[in-house]
Amino acid sequence: MERHFDEELETLYKDILKMGVMAQEAIFKSIEALKNRDKHGAQEVINTDSKIDNLELLIDEKCIDLIARHQPMAKDLRFITTGMKINAELERIADLAVDISQRVLELVDKPILKPLIDIPKLSVIAQNMVHDAIDAFVKKDVDLAKKVVLSDSEADKLRDLVQDELINDYMAKDPSTAPRAVALLLIARHLERICDHTTNIAEDVIYMVQGKVIKHHLEKLD
Amino acid sequence: MAKILTKNLNLWYSGFHALKGVNSSFEANRITAIIGPSGCGKSTLLRVFNRMNDLIDGVRMEGEVLIDDTNMLSPQADLVVLRKKVGMVFQRPNPFPLSIYENIVFGQKIHAQRVSRDQLDEIVETSLKSVLLWDELKDKLNESALRLSLEQKQRLCIARLIAVKPDVLLMDEPCSTLDPQATSRVEELMRELKNKYTIIIVTHNMQQAARVSDDTGFMLLGELIEFGRTQEIFTVPRDKRTEDYITGRYG
Repeated sequence: MERHFDEELETLYKDILKMGVMAQEAIFKSIEALKNRDKHGAQEVINTDSKIDNLELLIDEKCIDLIARHQPMAKDLRFITTGMKINAELERIADLAVDISQRVLELVDKPILKPLIDIPKLSVIAQNMVHDAIDAFVKKDVDLAKKVVLSDSEADKLRDLVQDELINDYMAKDPSTAPRAVALLLIARHLERICDHTTNIAEDVIYMVQGKVIKHHLEKLD
Repeated sequence: MAKILTKNLNLWYSGFHALKGVNSSFEANRITAIIGPSGCGKSTLLRVFNRMNDLIDGVRMEGEVLIDDTNMLSPQADLVVLRKKVGMVFQRPNPFPLSIYENIVFGQKIHAQRVSRDQLDEIVETSLKSVLLWDELKDKLNESALRLSLEQKQRLCIARLIAVKPDVLLMDEPCSTLDPQATSRVEELMRELKNKYTIIIVTHNMQQAARVSDDTGFMLLGELIEFGRTQEIFTVPRDKRTEDYITGRYG
């Protein structure tokens, strides 16, 4: 016989999944807006954020309610507490997509500084990581979560590459490029932060499935 | 070091195999909770530690129960010494129909050869203080213990045990008849007492086990399925049967 509690857990699970899909969409649309210099698309990401914020509050409320009324244990406890943390990470990811969109709005009316090469590469890494982290959560797939954790260093390297290029090849040589270069540099930084939050999600998934804490202890990632 | 060790402990009630090869280790100055569904053998295991099961017809035991390295199942075991060393608190508080004072000194009068009135007074005061009842009852020591509240009666029963200076306190559902506030106060008392005693509690209330114990054992159909630190048992149990029980999916 299925318990009422199981139904509530299933609803929570679907809500977190919905949050993940919305955050993924926000990143995708913000990057598309950047590539296509699409003011309307960037504005849409900014306008949609309140829906994500509301869902975050709803998920938090459900988690607290489930803990208060059911005093969950073991895997249920791990799922709900992890769900709360993943929820917060996804909301931050969506906020970073808003930050990217705001940079896009700053850039669209100005001349193109340079062809975008590494930032789209970084955005692909970020989107793949978010996709895989949510997939790992859905499938309780520890190996996929580990893959996400290990991808983060690649994002860090690309962010450094973008930063070096923008500072040395543009801002240092021609200070008038600084407003556009800083906006691009911040976009790289926002994408790299998305990867950091996604790494946290993947670490949370490993805890949820195995009860193993690897956060700050990557050596435990065998 | 383990205060109590069981090695391949088996117990039968006539033809019914109630404990099956139980190996366990209970450490001193810790609270250990034994949890499990009704009929799993948790109260039976508790009653092995002071040989209470001996009172039931047809009981047979095999294996070893070592308390301070002495096997309590051997024919040479001194049950009077054992029951002084290992006291038990029951589900319903069971004070004797005597005064509060007489309840506490009852064990002393049985176990001790000669005790002066001053010594008895001191034992009553110390025992009542250790269960945090002295201030409430110091002026009512000659009143009947049966007039106390349920919580006070349960505390008095614990004080009565403490008076004979045991090492181990066994508690069989000690809060099941108490309201939440009284339960909370008895749990606080248990935390105080664990500094001096080894406490083993059997409880149906998983939240209580999670709140109060340092170690937890999960029993099912006479077997000790899993034993470990309470935090681990309630967050990352190793055995699926433990997980099913504590998450309410058992059965």
